[in-house]
Amino acid sequence: MRITAEHLSYTYNAGSPFACAALKDVSLTIEEGEFFGMIGHTGSGKSTFVQHLNGLLRVPSSLKKYKKKKLKKGQTPPPETVLTVGEFDLTNKKTDFRALRKHVGMVFQYPEYQLFADTVEADVAFGLKNFSEKKPTDEEKKAAVKAALEIVGLSYEELKDKSPFELSGGQKRRVAIAGVIVTRPEVLVLDEPAAGLDPLGKKEVMELLHKLHREWCKTVVIVSHDMDEISENCTRAAVFSEGNVKYVLPPKELFSHSEELLALGLDIPLTARLSAALKKRGVELDCDFTVDSFVESVLRLNGGASAENEVAPEQTETAPEWKGGAE
Amino acid sequence: MQALEFKDVFFCYSEDAAFKIEHLNFSVEEGEFVAVLGHNGSGKSTLARLSNGLLEADAGEISVFGTLLGGKKLYEIRKQVGVVFQNPDNQTVASMVEDDVAFGAENVGLPRKEIGERIDFALKAVGMEEYRNATVSRLSGGQKQRVAIAGVLALKPKIMILDESTAMLDPRGRKEIIDVVQRLNREEKITVLLITHFPEEALLADRAVVMSQGKIVMEGKPSEIFERHEELLTYQLDLPRIGKICKKLQAGGMNVSDTLDEERLTEEIAQCVLRQSI
Repeated sequence: MRITAEHLSYTYNAGSPFACAALKDVSLTIEEGEFFGMIGHTGSGKSTFVQHLNGLLRVPSSLKKYKKKKLKKGQTPPPETVLTVGEFDLTNKKTDFRALRKHVGMVFQYPEYQLFADTVEADVAFGLKNFSEKKPTDEEKKAAVKAALEIVGLSYEELKDKSPFELSGGQKRRVAIAGVIVTRPEVLVLDEPAAGLDPLGKKEVMELLHKLHREWCKTVVIVSHDMDEISENCTRAAVFSEGNVKYVLPPKELFSHSEELLALGLDIPLTARLSAALKKRGVELDCDFTVDSFVESVLRLNGGASAENEVAPEQTETAPEWKGGAE
Repeated sequence: MQALEFKDVFFCYSEDAAFKIEHLNFSVEEGEFVAVLGHNGSGKSTLARLSNGLLEADAGEISVFGTLLGGKKLYEIRKQVGVVFQNPDNQTVASMVEDDVAFGAENVGLPRKEIGERIDFALKAVGMEEYRNATVSRLSGGQKQRVAIAGVLALKPKIMILDESTAMLDPRGRKEIIDVVQRLNREEKITVLLITHFPEEALLADRAVVMSQGKIVMEGKPSEIFERHEELLTYQLDLPRIGKICKKLQAGGMNVSDTLDEERLTEEIAQCVLRQSI
């Protein structure tokens, strides 16, 4: 499912004294199969954008009460908003938003705070019950819950009858993610999936997301403040600032704009900081800002006897190039 | 003077719980800034809660500035040990910043005039004096955490414990909090116990301790602790990224030291590489 947004704007509390424009004419395309990152400060609009993807926030024209304003003479019509996820047109009143939500899984920040049921099985099965067209049989339910728990690395037999509140923090987060992916969404959106975990937990969650990306959900979109996380994992990333999208680039190119990012008040990954500092001393590196690629390019320059054993540059793992994107 | 002292402390949540604290000895000097590291479930938060009597030790002695924790003096001691928790949304009680900061001070029954002075002091210390009449729910996460710190400061504590207080904040909010804490430590001489997962925060402390399974397993200067790579990994702690890069460069036959300082690493890499090209 390809995600396309054009001229998307959103204002909270429109028409009231608290009105706040969160998205201003945003255009952005996320291709099917990407591991896409969203970067930006708190309040930059990334969460607002992400909440449009499964219809939690709606484009005005998709609401029943929407009426087209009549244009005065000489007024040009505003550019038409486009928002599509696969074949779902999110600007249309007639779109089946329930079906959309089945295809776009949304994991909020600290999803473990949203666990509610008595048992892990009931909690994970909740979304399935809600989004299935007809009521799933017990067997179907069991199979789906089992598969979802197993892919997130938990044992169904061991946990199904436990209360989700007895689990450790990392386990809770996994159960919460299982509860979202149980409907087999094609697009999985996660708001800061690794926040608040210890370093090992962070690593495990990112590994889990890659596994889900390979085996379960075609497209993964993460919102993150951790630039190292973005540089290590994403095919492309969009930089939000004050409701606009400033850049949409693969990490390799994005973080070569280090100075612009710093000017926006954003961090850059450690590897980009080191590369920039080395550049000042006359050492130019060619790397995509993952730790491995950074180390490799340094070692390549270091040359000497060890260089011949190094992996040839063609074989280095670089994020796949993506065409298209926002202007 | 020891600000905080644990002597042979025992604690468990329930009889059959796997997690136990046994023979825990630990102390913090007055005015010291100590970072506590450890994976989830290692006992860091238990340590924080034991320190101001939110949890009671099963055996052993915990004392704050030489006074044994417990009994009638508990409430008196609690005023000296302020704790700031993880979630900014769970720690505010009033709708206005000023009322929220006053809550603790009102509870201990201070005269009205003094409460006002303490609010001034506390909001100024965390850089939030302009927000005195703001609505708490409209603040950012970092601002809310600073209000929470101000609420603790209004009680003029001698020890401040931050239990992963920056975990839910964005990088900007995190920096705000750490700056405030560092300043309080330096200028107000408040003893700080900082529980954190972020190595860069721990590096600012005078001393760091690593906990695992309810025990203190490593102790020393933060920069030295992060250089003990293999040991950290056995306690399920990850190296800071810069440490990983050093390790990988060394494995590739490059002569760099186990440094955590970006400048130094850059210098060393540049030297190695430029020497090669001559």
